Amino acid sequence: MTVKICDAAFDPFVEIQNFQHELALSGKFGATSIFIGTMRDFNEGDNVQAMTLEHYDGMTQKQLTKIIAAAKTQWQILDSLIVHRVGEILPNEPIVLVSVWSAHRSEAFEACRYLMEELKANAPFWKLETLTTNEKRWVSKPINHELSVL
Amino acid sequence: MITLRYFAGLRELLGHSMVQLDIFEPHTVSSVWKLVNPDFKLPENVLTAVNMDYVLPSHVVKNGDEVAFFPPVTGG
Repeated sequence: MTVKICDAAFDPFVEIQNFQHELALSGKFGATSIFIGTMRDFNEGDNVQAMTLEHYDGMTQKQLTKIIAAAKTQWQILDSLIVHRVGEILPNEPIVLVSVWSAHRSEAFEACRYLMEELKANAPFWKLETLTTNEKRWVSKPINHELSVL
Repeated sequence: MITLRYFAGLRELLGHSMVQLDIFEPHTVSSVWKLVNPDFKLPENVLTAVNMDYVLPSHVVKNGDEVAFFPPVTGG
């Protein structure tokens, strides 16, 4: 079970190939399920030229490790790999890779979906988009801040 | 001493990423926020963590803790 945070572009297919090559599971797995998230050049009706992905170093790895542990209690998965980009990202570059190996397809499909959904809900990453107009905006909903009543 | 950390849009809103302070009486996550940011209510949709685990604002903090505040996450 491996979690990698990358601050440079990565090739998800090379990551999968290298990881699977090192697995001591030859003949044991019958299914590999893969999700790759890639940066679009549009969002919410606007053209996007770049994105900066910030994260909470340490908590990110801790939360992803917990998510994988939770998946292992629900499905018989043999191994898993999560790779996530941080830093400056350009359209068409991969943002995230989630890959799961199991004996049968149902565990691989379901655990891969679970890992990805839990990552989106709980892993502390934040996207800052740069539009083609050079405007920058956080992808998350605005913070509902207000002055305290003193 | 406890360390408060802010991320993403909340860091930009507050103008800094970290505050360290000594506490001499029991505090919760929300009361520490109020102590350090008396002019701003803790935003309702801000997430809170202590030592890199999610907690509720009512969680009691102790010296040595790292307390984090950040907007809803948007990874993947």
